[in-house]
Amino acid sequence: MLTPQEGWVPGRSAQVKEEPAKRAGDTEQSAQAPSLLTPQPWHIGGRTLTSRFFLGTAGYPSPDILQQAIAASGAQVVTMGLRRQLSAGGKADDFFALVKATGAHLLPNTAGCHTAREAITLAHMARELFDTHWIKLEVIGDAHTLQPDPFELVEAARQLAKDGFEVFPYCMDDLVSCQRLLDVGCNILMPWGAPIGSGQGLVNPGALRTLRARLPGVPLIVDAGIGRPSDAAQALELGLDGVLLNTAVAQAVDPVRMARAFKLGIEAGRLAFEAGVMAKQDMAVASTPVAGYPILL
Amino acid sequence: MTAKKFQTVDVVADVTAGVNGLVTIVINGVQQTTAAQTLAQWVDAQSLAANAVATAVNGQFVPRTLRAQTPLREGDTIVTFQPIEGG
Repeated sequence: MLTPQEGWVPGRSAQVKEEPAKRAGDTEQSAQAPSLLTPQPWHIGGRTLTSRFFLGTAGYPSPDILQQAIAASGAQVVTMGLRRQLSAGGKADDFFALVKATGAHLLPNTAGCHTAREAITLAHMARELFDTHWIKLEVIGDAHTLQPDPFELVEAARQLAKDGFEVFPYCMDDLVSCQRLLDVGCNILMPWGAPIGSGQGLVNPGALRTLRARLPGVPLIVDAGIGRPSDAAQALELGLDGVLLNTAVAQAVDPVRMARAFKLGIEAGRLAFEAGVMAKQDMAVASTPVAGYPILL
Repeated sequence: MTAKKFQTVDVVADVTAGVNGLVTIVINGVQQTTAAQTLAQWVDAQSLAANAVATAVNGQFVPRTLRAQTPLREGDTIVTFQPIEGG
C-alpha cells in the first residue's frame, strides 16, 4: 500500500520530507558546547547570521529613531521597499544611505504587487537598486487582509528562482502551498502570523507547528502580524527560525525600547526552543518532593 | 494604453522618429516632451545619478546597462523606481 508521500511527484518539498528530522537553523556543526550567553550562528540565503530578528524600516517617527531602533534590535537584516518616483529629490537617497550605513543586509520587498508579472519586474528593479539577489516576494491577493495570493506567488517565485534570486516569499501558513513554493525553487518560507500591521500575534500557531514539523531544515520566518515580544517569543519557541516585523516597533510609543524588547523576546524564545519546552500536563505535578516526609497530622 | 513591444537597437538614431527630434513620452504618469533619444540620455537630463533609480519602459524592466541602447519612441511609458522605507 502506498503511503501518501510515495504517491507524490518527487519535487523539492518531497526531498525535504525525506530528510532526517533536525531542527531548522541547526546546520552549524560545532565541536564546542553552545554558549548560553551568545546566540549561535545560523544560515539563511547563503549568509550566516546571529540575530533572528528581521526588522522593517517603515513608519518610524524620524530617521534618527529608525537608526537607533535598528541598533537596539540587533537586527542583521532590514527590509526596504521601492516606490515609483514622483519627483527627483534627495530624500530617498538620504534614507537609503542611512539604512546602508547600519551595515545590515538589505531585504527589498515587492510590496504593492498584485500579479506575478508586476512582482517579477519589481524584483529585478530591486536587485539593481539594492545590489542584492535577496527579495521578499509579496504578491497580495486581498486588499483588506493583505493576504498573499498563493497562486501568483508560486508563479512569481518560479521565475525569480530561475533568474537567480534568493526568494523570501511572504506566504500563507498552509502546508501544501508552502511545499509548492519549495518545489519551484524557494529555499526559505515566510508564513504570516496574522494580517500585516494587525498586531494580532500568531492567529494559527497550529499551522506554524505543522510547517515546522513537516519542513525540517527549511528556514521559516514568521512575517507579519506580530504585535508583542511575547508573540515573537512564541514563534521562536515553536521552532521557527526568526521573525520579521515592522509596525510593532515603528508604532510603539518608544520604538527604540520596543526594538530591544523584541530582541530579548526573540532570544528568549530561541533559547527555550533549544532547551526544550516541557510538555503540558492535565493535572498538577508537585514540584517539591514530599516522599519521606513524616506525616504530622 | 496598450503596451508596445519593447526592444533594444544598436543604432538609436535610425528608429527615433519625433518632430524636430522631440518625442512625447509619459514619465511616471506625466506627459513630457523630451529631446532625449535614449533612456540613458533622459535619466542624465534629470540630474539623476544612473544608479539612483531603476527603470522600466512599457512595463518591462530595463537594466542600467541597457539604457544607452534603449531608444525613446513617441508614446513610450517610462517608470522610474527609487528606494524607500519598507516592511
